[in-house]
Amino acid sequence: MATVYKKSAMLTDTPLHYCPGCTHGIAHKLIAETIEELGLVDNVVGIAPVGCGVFAYNYFNCDMQEAAHGRAPAVASAIKRVHKNTAVFSYQGDGDLASIGMAEIVHAATRGENITVIFINNAIYGMTGGQMAPTTLEGQKATTCIYGRQVRSAEGEVINGNPIHVSELLATLDGPAYIERVMLTDPANVMKAKKAVKKAFEYQMAKKGFTFVEIMSGCPTNWYMSPADALSFVKNEMTKKYPLGVFKDIEEAK
Amino acid sequence: MSEKKLMKGNEAVAEGAIRGGCRYFFGYPITPQNEIPEYMSWRIREVGGDFIQAESELAAINMVYGAAGAGARAMTSSSSPGVSLKQEGISYIAMAELPCVIVNMTRSGPGLGGIQPSQGDYFQATKGGGHGDYHLLTYAPSTVQEAVDLLYDAWDKSEKYRVPVFILGDGILGQIMEPVSFKPMKEMPDPETKDFATTGKHHGKDRRIVNSLYIEPEICEPRNLELQEKYRLLAENETMCEEYHCDDAEYIITAFGSVGRIVRTAVDDLRAKGLKVGMIRPITVYPFPSAVYKKYADKASVKGFLDVELNAGQMIEDVKLSIECKKPVEFLGKLGGYVVSPEEICEKVMEVLK
Repeated sequence: MATVYKKSAMLTDTPLHYCPGCTHGIAHKLIAETIEELGLVDNVVGIAPVGCGVFAYNYFNCDMQEAAHGRAPAVASAIKRVHKNTAVFSYQGDGDLASIGMAEIVHAATRGENITVIFINNAIYGMTGGQMAPTTLEGQKATTCIYGRQVRSAEGEVINGNPIHVSELLATLDGPAYIERVMLTDPANVMKAKKAVKKAFEYQMAKKGFTFVEIMSGCPTNWYMSPADALSFVKNEMTKKYPLGVFKDIEEAK
Repeated sequence: MSEKKLMKGNEAVAEGAIRGGCRYFFGYPITPQNEIPEYMSWRIREVGGDFIQAESELAAINMVYGAAGAGARAMTSSSSPGVSLKQEGISYIAMAELPCVIVNMTRSGPGLGGIQPSQGDYFQATKGGGHGDYHLLTYAPSTVQEAVDLLYDAWDKSEKYRVPVFILGDGILGQIMEPVSFKPMKEMPDPETKDFATTGKHHGKDRRIVNSLYIEPEICEPRNLELQEKYRLLAENETMCEEYHCDDAEYIITAFGSVGRIVRTAVDDLRAKGLKVGMIRPITVYPFPSAVYKKYADKASVKGFLDVELNAGQMIEDVKLSIECKKPVEFLGKLGGYVVSPEEICEKVMEVLK
């Protein structure tokens, strides 16, 4: 019988710890398939973050380093400087990358390090139990903004402040070669996300500069939603604040 | 050994590290250690290495984590407030057992403190520094030449034990100009020769994971015990100490780092006055040379000890623990960037011995 589908060899057999309905698993798959398709199986190092992706080193079937909270881009930069022709990617969530690690991501991006950063934006701190993230939407509930994120009071005083648009922010820098925001809500979008991940790795290997794919993901557990509702929320609500698209592509600009 | 060259401490430390095989440097500006990243920024590329001026101390130490984990000989340097920022990363490096070197040209604290020499970071350098039960192989060189010589073998030691090496210098050591000679260049070993290194070439059962997360106590405790066993081996094999005129000494002055050179002058001056005084100077402040102190504390002819530090009294705790209350221990300290003079030390000794 012909094999029509099999798990990527770049994923281990370790059962994923992610919650039902979470799209981390799909994101892992896209990265693993990309590594395999680009012939990088024996030439890749990954960096796991702190957050839900902390155990990513158990899942990606390659050399991995586990970084301190937010520091993955610094760790990745250094690994790349040592192994200049090896693919280096970091896998980071919104708390890790856009809050505690904002300095590291901005500077790795502006230096133009030849690395790929996969940014999982689910608008919440998942691993620690649903606190407000730098990307939590206005009105969205979290355990540290239980009535929903409120930017300011009626009197104009700051309550929770504004969320951050990471892809847009990084796209203002000169170092990035490629920045795209995608989502994993349906097969068509998963295929688009795959293309984005692949392009990022291709640009990295061609030493075009810093590459970044923001993947919007649902968090049914901490959003208190069914998996289907969480995907609908990504598609209908998150995209209003965080529109899909290519924010930087140095090849397109030429 | 090459012929002697007059060099500033910080620059000699940078060249000494390169001679010891260092090929990757990650740093951030802070006084009084700026000449180390400045020198490294051009010199390390001449020998085929790479340099990043990091966005912060946090980034710099995590770059060391990445490069060391990838099998390279990597280093960072800073001064007191910057080293405080690095502590999180140093703790991760200690648990991940990555070989590397960290240099602290200390200044006075607490807080932003001042930029004059101080030894207020002794506790931080010897008791761990960050969170968790760990230590570093911590050297406290007294001269530029000693710093250069310790750096020459620092990566060999760090790779042997897979414990980070920490150089506890100070503003005097960093800023002083002294004649120094360098040994022949050591090349950095191929990262692929290191069985822990994430060079990207491994998958399946052979893949390598650089990590400090051990969430189950049944794994985390044995990992901790392995670290403790390494510290025991360090104490057994790597303890270093200078004993100066101690054989017939009736009174012993003790100091570490730059203060050791001031005490040496004081010992000479006191000997010229006919007083039988010696000096114990730990070269490794972790592991601490307790046995040397104990040996002299047990001698009936030794009346007591004077501990001299540029702080409020930190190493004195290790001295007292080592001599087990067998002899009195006096203290002379200077704080906030003042440096003790040989005259002040002589005066203190004569007052105690009166």
